[in-house]
Amino acid sequence: MLAASSVEMRKVNKYYGKFQALKDVDLSIPPGKVTCLIGPSGSGKSTLLRCINFLEEYDSGEVRIDGQLIGYDAPNKKMSGRKLREMRRSIGIVFQQFNLWPHMTAKENVAEGLIRVRRMSKADADRRASEALAKVGLADKFASHPSRLSGGQQQRVAIARAIAMEPKLMLFDEPTSALDPELVGEVLSVMRTLADEGMTMVVVTHEMGFAAHVADQVGFMEKGELIDIGSPDRILHRPQDARIQSFLRTYHERNSF
Amino acid sequence: MFSLAVFFQSFGPLFWAARYTLLISVLGIGLGIVIGTLICAARLSPYPQLRSFAGIWVSFLRGVPLLVQLLVFYYALPVIGLDVPAMVAAVVVVGICASAYISEIWRGAIAALPKGQAEAADAIGMTPVDVWTRVILPQAVALSLPALINELILLVKASSLVSVVGILEITRASQAQAATTFRPLEVYIAAACIYLLINLCLAALGRYIEHRTNV
Ligand SMILES: Nc1ncnc2c1ncn2[C@@H]1O[C@H](COP(=O)(O)OP(=O)(O)OP(=O)(O)O)[C@@H](O)[C@H]1O
Ligand SMILES: [Mg+2]
Repeated sequence: MLAASSVEMRKVNKYYGKFQALKDVDLSIPPGKVTCLIGPSGSGKSTLLRCINFLEEYDSGEVRIDGQLIGYDAPNKKMSGRKLREMRRSIGIVFQQFNLWPHMTAKENVAEGLIRVRRMSKADADRRASEALAKVGLADKFASHPSRLSGGQQQRVAIARAIAMEPKLMLFDEPTSALDPELVGEVLSVMRTLADEGMTMVVVTHEMGFAAHVADQVGFMEKGELIDIGSPDRILHRPQDARIQSFLRTYHERNSF
Repeated sequence: MFSLAVFFQSFGPLFWAARYTLLISVLGIGLGIVIGTLICAARLSPYPQLRSFAGIWVSFLRGVPLLVQLLVFYYALPVIGLDVPAMVAAVVVVGICASAYISEIWRGAIAALPKGQAEAADAIGMTPVDVWTRVILPQAVALSLPALINELILLVKASSLVSVVGILEITRASQAQAATTFRPLEVYIAAACIYLLINLCLAALGRYIEHRTNV
């Protein structure tokens, strides 16, 4: 079993200028569980996810990782860069657009953080990077630059880059949305393996199948609010709230051509 | 009648003069890269005074013709009691002028990088220095190389202006040659050929680099 983190969000608010992107969000993410976030475009899913590793700076409220506040030492007192980096080392994130570094090979992409952040020797980092790439099924692609890989392969390199750092929490922001439909499965199956190993995962997704079968809890967001959160069965099959019902109806209509 | 003999004879002295053209252009772009990098860093810094200084630097140098900059610099130095060789003055002025354009080339390349590139590095806990040296700059430099080669080509041509401060580069040398042979057309066409040759080589280098960074 991996060491797995928990996340507690309390009354989190986030503004872009006058626009309020997150409204008093309360969210508990238990260790070793998979939490999926769904909701319409622009509802604040990415913003919420990115507040967890402070890529997005929330304006008020608290985000705690294993009890430790991230981003601030106290209200309105920003945490030092060094302390924030320390906390981020154990939080992996996978982006919709992969964000691989194009001037590095697959292996260099994975080894970079091990060398720079974990201060590993080049040899150790290479070994760890090879293991991570093998784990996502890319043992034959070590030397390829991202531009030579398919979208699904690129996203798996991005996952390898994150898990090589041995995170205790993984954040995924629509990891399959930029992929051709036939490449979605290979990425989801890697994510499912991670979930089975007991990784704490927060996944923003439009893949309702993944949410239904892999998630331990599903949260629905709209207009910056977390409207409801609960078991996949309750949220996806027996939704109470009219907004969730309408969202799912649109989703089903769109996906049943 | 066009004299082929004069035309071909001009190449010797003009090639000899081309070393000054190349020296001024290459040293100029070297100095321009150093200063331009500092100016770009100032422009992107969080300090408002530095940012506005760099902004003024760039708009001033881009707004005043190189020829006028050269003349002002050259005649200003003796006034403040500095006796600087013409060659040094020329390289400094060309370098300073280039710095404004190079700073903008860097800035454009850095702005062209997707935000996610730095975010991915921040997110795994890389320090700002590592983010810049390992992720942003290598890509920005690769993106900028064609524009830098282009800037070098512009400098080779602009260096003809330093003839006004008495440096015997290609243009000045061809003026002298034209005066002694009384055959300006042949001599200037020869000069044009040499400039063209230098710049075609540079353009080929630029294409080679662009091709290599594309793969
Ligand atoms: N940097 C920004 N500046 C201003 N507004 C922003 C910024 N980022 C996001 N927003 C706004 O905040 C709201 C929430 O954005 P967010 O990206 O979190 O939505 P989302 O639920 O992830 O949507 P999608 O499904 O399209 O990714 C949107 O209305 C968006 O326009
Ligand atoms: Mg989003």
